Order: sequence, then structure tokens, then C-alpha cells
Amino acid sequence: MAQHQVDFTQSGGLPIALTTVDKLVNWGRSNSLWALTYGLACCGIEMMASGASRYDFDRYGTIFRSSPRQSDIMIVAGTLTKKHAEFIRRLYDQMTEPRWVISMGSCANTGGMFNTYATVQGVDRVIPVDLYLPGCAPRPETLQYAVMMLQKKIRAEKAGKAQRPKRLM
Amino acid sequence: MRAYSDKKDVQKKAYYTDRYWVAPTVPRQTVESDDVFAADLAAIKAKFTVLEAYIEVEQLVIVINPDDNFGVMKLMKEELQFEQLIEMAAVDWLARSNEFEIVVMMLSMAKRKRMRVKYTVAKDQAVESLNPLYRSADWAEREMYDMHGVKVNNHPYMKRILMPDDWQGHPLLKSYPLHGDEAAQWYEVDKIFGKEARDIIGPEIRDSAAIERYDTERFSRLGHEVPYGTDISEGEPDTPLAYQEEDGVFLIRKVHEDDSVEITDRDR
Repeated sequence: MAQHQVDFTQSGGLPIALTTVDKLVNWGRSNSLWALTYGLACCGIEMMASGASRYDFDRYGTIFRSSPRQSDIMIVAGTLTKKHAEFIRRLYDQMTEPRWVISMGSCANTGGMFNTYATVQGVDRVIPVDLYLPGCAPRPETLQYAVMMLQKKIRAEKAGKAQRPKRLM
Repeated sequence: MRAYSDKKDVQKKAYYTDRYWVAPTVPRQTVESDDVFAADLAAIKAKFTVLEAYIEVEQLVIVINPDDNFGVMKLMKEELQFEQLIEMAAVDWLARSNEFEIVVMMLSMAKRKRMRVKYTVAKDQAVESLNPLYRSADWAEREMYDMHGVKVNNHPYMKRILMPDDWQGHPLLKSYPLHGDEAAQWYEVDKIFGKEARDIIGPEIRDSAAIERYDTERFSRLGHEVPYGTDISEGEPDTPLAYQEEDGVFLIRKVHEDDSVEITDRDR
């Protein structure tokens, strides 16, 4: 092959970008994380604030959807009651793979201060969680950071491989 | 010198008991001290048995027989101008006398008076619904059933109001454990995955301070990431916290924190 003395890996060499399929797919996945609106309690207010203009989730490509079938990521924001547990599982099952879950706030992580008969002690008893976000409630900056960390996690994954079954079942 | 006591588990025990505290009682007045209430009580007494009557915090309290509850309420609504049923609730006295006390709070806007009607029902005794008289009794009676198990006759929709329909037990009973009985603790697991999944998922962790500090198979600690399954009981490396990977991200410009500019002029 001819030596063109052109460093293709540098921008400006030619109007092309060399990459792997993994990187290309993960670039797409990590930068269009459509989130399922899942505000269950006061964390939902912080989640809404993160989506609104001041913190502006749209910059990350994170757009809230009302349908699990259009969502890639479920942000469980708030207290999950036992009565609601079957519905969160049903909605999670309706999401198309690959899918990710952020457990936002103390209640979703561990049940939080609701150490009672009616609260699920952590959503990871029902659905597999990728990222636990501490706080009561976490600030919008924290949720932004969580999304960025999730993007980092997605970029480290193999694109073609089916998601490894997580902790549950 | 005081005898030594082991204090290793001192945080698990109540360190203070108020031995000399006596619960204050609310002073009561006789019904005769209020003309409006005296007239009301006379009207009720003319038709029904009133077991006890007094005024407490400017409110008339009467205790009636449980079988009379519908009749007394009908009288109060139609003749005594108590138009509103504010709240009704059951009180668990099962340990003391194997009965529930049902408290109904009434308001008369016309007379600007409030009163409480109380009656006790035995554990398995059903009461007559007040729903035909007061619509607000609908949910209150459903809640009474849901939380205490008090059954109500002639209610149009006798169904649990807060807990799921397949819930077992009545959570506001004094005998109900705060963390739930066995059915409650495994409720979501049994319902979603089936009973055979109990061993896989495990019991609920009720210790809010529980941390699985050295579990690197299920958790990765931010800023201290190690490969899957590494033993970190001896310590773990610090990994820099960064938004992006060292070699940058495909098609995205690398963030350099040093190049960031602090904007001080708000009107720029």
C-alpha cells in the first residue's frame, strides 16, 4: 500500500474518522440515553429539575420518555412500595435491550428511612441496578454525574455482546 | 462505685427510659356546661342509649352501642345539623379487651360545633356502614378494614384501599410487626419471581448501615475501581475521577478542566 505520509488518525488528515464498530455503537448508545420518567417520590422533583433548562439533560442526549418501549435507561427516583414492585418489574421487562437502571436516592438504594413493611428495601430486589446514586435527595448535579458515569460504563462495554444477565435471576 | 456494665451493644438498646413520666390526661367538663351540646345529648338520649358523655377540648364526646351507630348518625345528620363526617378511624384495643374502638368525628357548620362519637366492637363483629349517610365514610371504612380488619356491612365497595388486594394481614394492628410478617417481607419476591426465588434473592437487609465494602463482584466503588472479583480487603488503588477516559471519546472533544473559564460577567 502506498505511503501517503498522511496520519489518518489525526483530524485534518482526511475527512474520515477511523474507529471500531464498538466505539461507534457505544458512541450512539451513550449519547442518546432516553430515560423513562420514573419519579416515585421527592427524588422525582430533582430528576425533573435535571431535565429542565437550568441543568438541561438534553445536552447529554438524555430525553425523558413516557414509554418503556422507547427508553434505554430507567432512573428509579424515589420510594418503591411493595404494591408498586410488580409494575416496576413489568415496565423494566418492556424496555428493549440494552437497558440500564440508575437507582436514585436512599429510598431506591436501600429503602432509606422507610424501614417498614410496605417499602421494598432497595430496588435491586426487583430489578438489576447499574448505578447506585446516594443522597436524600441527590442534587441535580449528582444525577448529571451519575449519567456521565453511566456513559463511561456504556463506552467500556462490548457493543455486539448481549448484556450479561445481572444480579437477579 | 457503680457496677460495671458491658457497653459494647449500647447503641442497640434504649439508653433512656422515662420511669417517672405520667401521661397527662385532658380535663373533661360535664355536658351541662354547654347549652348546645346539652340539647343535642338530650335529643340523642331520647331515642338511644348513651353509655357515656362528656366535653373534652370543647368537643362533645358520646359513647354509644355499636348497633345504634347508623341510627344515631341519621338522627345527628337529619335533626341535629351535624352535616359533615370529618374522619372515622378504628383504635386497636385487642390486647386490653379484645375489641376495637371506632371513633367518628363530626362537624356542624351551622352550630359551629364538633363532636366525637365512639363505639366499641368485638374483634370479629361487623358494624353497619355510615356510607349511605355520609359519602366521606366510604374511604374511611375501607381504610378501617384495610388497616385493622374491621368488617363493615352494606358498604358498596368493601375492598382494601391502601395495601394491595392480595396482601395478608392488617398492618395497623398493634400485633403487626413494623418490618412486616413473613408474607410481607417476601411479598414482592413471591409475587414477581415466585417462592423458589427466595433463596437466590435473600432476605431483606434491614440494617440501614449495612455496607458490602469488599464485594467487588456486585459493586464497584467510584474512584477506587478494580477488576471484577478482586480481593480488596488489603486495600485498593485510587483511580482518578474523570468524566471521560484518558484517551478521549470518539467524536467528542476532550474536556480539559484547566482550559475552563469562569464566567463572572452575568450580562455577557
